[in-house]
Amino acid sequence: MSDIIRRDPRAEWIARNRLHPLHASMQKAETSWMGPNGIVRKNPHVIAAGFVGPAGLKRIDRSGAQQGTVGKRSNASVEVQLPLHIIEQPAFHICVVPDMVGGRLSSHDKDLLGLARKLAGDSGAVVAVIFGEDKEGAFDTAGVDRLLRVQGDAFDGYAPEARVLALSAVESQLAPRHWLLPDSRTGGGELGRRLAAKLGERPATRVWQVAGEQAIGRAGSGQQDIQRALPRLILAAAECAEPVSDTRHEVRLLELAEKVAHSLPRVEDLGPVAVDPAQIPMAEAEFILSGGNGVKDWKMFHQAAIALGATEGASRVAVDDGFMPRNRQVGATGTWVTARVYLAVGISGAIQHLQGIGACDKVVAVNMDPGCDMIKRADLSVIGDSAAILAALMERVATWRQEGKRDAA
Amino acid sequence: MTDLNIVALVSVGAHPTSARPRRAEQDARAVELGLRLAGQNLQLLHAGDPQAEALRGYLGMGLEQLDVLEQPEGADALPLLVDYLQGSRTQLVLTGSQAETGEGSGMLPFLLAERLGWPMVVGLAEVEKVENGVAQVLQALPRGQRRRLKVRLPCVASVDNAAPVARQSAFGPARRGQIEAHEVTVVDDTLLAEASLQPAKPRPKRLKVIKAKTGAERMKAATAKASGGGGQILKDVSPQEGAEAIFKLLIEEGVLR
Repeated sequence: MSDIIRRDPRAEWIARNRLHPLHASMQKAETSWMGPNGIVRKNPHVIAAGFVGPAGLKRIDRSGAQQGTVGKRSNASVEVQLPLHIIEQPAFHICVVPDMVGGRLSSHDKDLLGLARKLAGDSGAVVAVIFGEDKEGAFDTAGVDRLLRVQGDAFDGYAPEARVLALSAVESQLAPRHWLLPDSRTGGGELGRRLAAKLGERPATRVWQVAGEQAIGRAGSGQQDIQRALPRLILAAAECAEPVSDTRHEVRLLELAEKVAHSLPRVEDLGPVAVDPAQIPMAEAEFILSGGNGVKDWKMFHQAAIALGATEGASRVAVDDGFMPRNRQVGATGTWVTARVYLAVGISGAIQHLQGIGACDKVVAVNMDPGCDMIKRADLSVIGDSAAILAALMERVATWRQEGKRDAA
Repeated sequence: MTDLNIVALVSVGAHPTSARPRRAEQDARAVELGLRLAGQNLQLLHAGDPQAEALRGYLGMGLEQLDVLEQPEGADALPLLVDYLQGSRTQLVLTGSQAETGEGSGMLPFLLAERLGWPMVVGLAEVEKVENGVAQVLQALPRGQRRRLKVRLPCVASVDNAAPVARQSAFGPARRGQIEAHEVTVVDDTLLAEASLQPAKPRPKRLKVIKAKTGAERMKAATAKASGGGGQILKDVSPQEGAEAIFKLLIEEGVLR
């Protein structure tokens, strides 16, 4: 089909003739459209006809958002494409080293990229330096103009010394105007300070506001602010700037020009140590298995928590009924949790509970009722009997553990 | 207990509410860790005013002596400490992760390690063993996790709030302890000439910006319930299939160990 707009005189005639039997089906649903001569035409009758709202009342929406009448509404939900910001020849670079907790940009990282974008303006390019594999799919809307992936076995795991060497290679290649790192406990704070010591730069730490050429950061134990000229290396606190929200960026891949100097690591990573999940405070536990009214077999619930290596939590009902201690209650009246993965078994999702898990990244729900609020919040929901699903999950994890042992042997 | 030469760097802290001088929280934890490792052989080192009363808080933890490199306020502690430590036979330097007064950037242990050419460990929680000049230590990570590291000595280690809680400071030993002042050349810190300290401003609360073009969209944004939006729902599946899906997500997120 060609794109040329052609008139259909017969259809127009039917549309004009209200007594014609096909009149109703020939009515244009749109309130405005481009006519054959390039002039925007409007149908005031459709607007005035309105539509029947959810309460059964006739509503008229003149904004043009709600088009046509019920049943004839055209569902043209077009994905809004943000404008692409292209920087062909950057005048300078702003280097950002995001934490990438769990392989994704955290909200802290996004704030930092927002700050970098602000510093880069129209002529600079924001370079994100990423170590190892990542699962992030939205670098473009986060404000990354250039992406530099540093890969290699030397940078996997905890390797701050190798990473600092890689960053100093980036320094000599790009000579960025600013280095931005998150002042976080998940790696950025340490890496930034190591880099500062290596480069001999005096960083501004815990920066929470950058205004013009001045940076304001917390000093001492947070009782004082320190205001100073903007240094080259900035370790910024969370919410230091608004994240990028209304532009897209090209995420052009950069390569390191030369291989990173290799040095024998003086700090060797021997891997994580198994910590008893019950000992971890709930507010900072990474993985929580939480049970509610739908859990009938509490013995198995505890077994599942041990098998998965999860910290136990509970909804208010489970606590009130005496199945779990009060200090395990999740929600507005209990603990506000920040888990990365929250596995809710038999919890319908009262608003107080949903508030308590507001900071969780991934929520998995196991529930009998497909219409409950927890399922609307969850990233993955399984509808079914919780006991059977927990048993199957424990079995699956057990086989996985055995396979792992066999591989290691 | 080991026969390591351990130095704990201590500073004068400030109470979070009254701002009165006290022993710094994290430095006291570093001293506690040092006491557990080396007992009475632990050496305390401070750069600043030997007359500061708060320093006696560390002596009250059961040590007899504290060395002070005498310097006025606003001087740079780094060169003095580098000179002092280079000449000594120190194997482990323990510090808090940031000072409670002044800039508090937390850079000192990193700069010290860089200048001395020693490795640096952040968030030391426990020293498990020391063999042939290599220490096996536990590092505290966020969310209560621990990581085992092997580090060559001598090294610099900072502790944070995951280190053991400091013991109480006793009054008698604090009075009896000796504070030994050393004369050193003073180097001024250039930062305070160009930066200004001011009482901390409360940070503005972030507003929820709704970028809606129409009234209907604004209404929806204002009244919408918390929703993940497009979560995957598995209905009418066998428990095994459901468990498999959950298992996959747990593996993807890396929470199964």
